[in-house]
Amino acid sequence: MSSTAPVSELSNEQMNQWFDQRFAEKMAEREASHIPSMTIIATKGTLDMAYPPFILASTAAALGWDVSIFFTFYGLNLLKQNLDLKVSPLGNPAMPMKLPEGPTWIKGKEIPMPNSIMTLLPGFENMATGMMKKTMDQKGIARIDQLRDLCVEAEVKLIACQMTVDLFDYGKEDFIPEIEEWVGAASFLPRAATADVNLFI
Amino acid sequence: MTENIHTLDTRGLSCPLPILKTKKAISALASGEVLEIKATDPGSVKDLDSFCQQTGNEMIASESVEDGFFFRIRKV
Repeated sequence: MSSTAPVSELSNEQMNQWFDQRFAEKMAEREASHIPSMTIIATKGTLDMAYPPFILASTAAALGWDVSIFFTFYGLNLLKQNLDLKVSPLGNPAMPMKLPEGPTWIKGKEIPMPNSIMTLLPGFENMATGMMKKTMDQKGIARIDQLRDLCVEAEVKLIACQMTVDLFDYGKEDFIPEIEEWVGAASFLPRAATADVNLFI
Repeated sequence: MTENIHTLDTRGLSCPLPILKTKKAISALASGEVLEIKATDPGSVKDLDSFCQQTGNEMIASESVEDGFFFRIRKV
């Protein structure tokens, strides 16, 4: 008997066996050639909240993933040519901060940021921002503009929300030229629908 | 076999910089070449492992040394 019997002569059991094997092979092939993708919606424009989207995007790109970030509302600040991001102590109850300078006993002390009186002091936001920037620098943490450059270099797609620009009367010349497109939700959602990971930050 | 050894010093840098710099350095290598990495970020031990798994590069050595961590990765 020939080993390649015509399909009509195969028993049901043989057919099932053949299909299961072929199916497993094809699925494994598909998995091996699959490039993971991630879409992030960045909605916050403070210094601390600028980190998660850029860290995750640059790292995912380094892993070979296909990454897009949709910047909307205050998140659009992260695409400005002049990044002047601040930390807001307001509504940030879990934010610990240590003095970046001074004698060891003082440096080790945690200063709770969101004291309602401190928050109202003029210049407090600048001080908190300065402290966080200094601490980050000492710990070897990348600056936001560095991380953003790395994202651009790694071909992370930077997508800006057109509606936000109109809403806040921003000029497009205030933003970095690497922005891939200015679109609305309807253009971003189809991309998100096929992504493996979707994050709202 | 003589291997072409390249080095990368990420000491003092925090997540995700060691990974990003590793990725950049590896991109410049030819297949089969080896990159030696020094790091102080404790997270880099697991992160570089994961990086290798995702990218298919081969982690040849991952050790704790006196001034941090030492890795050798061979490019696929």
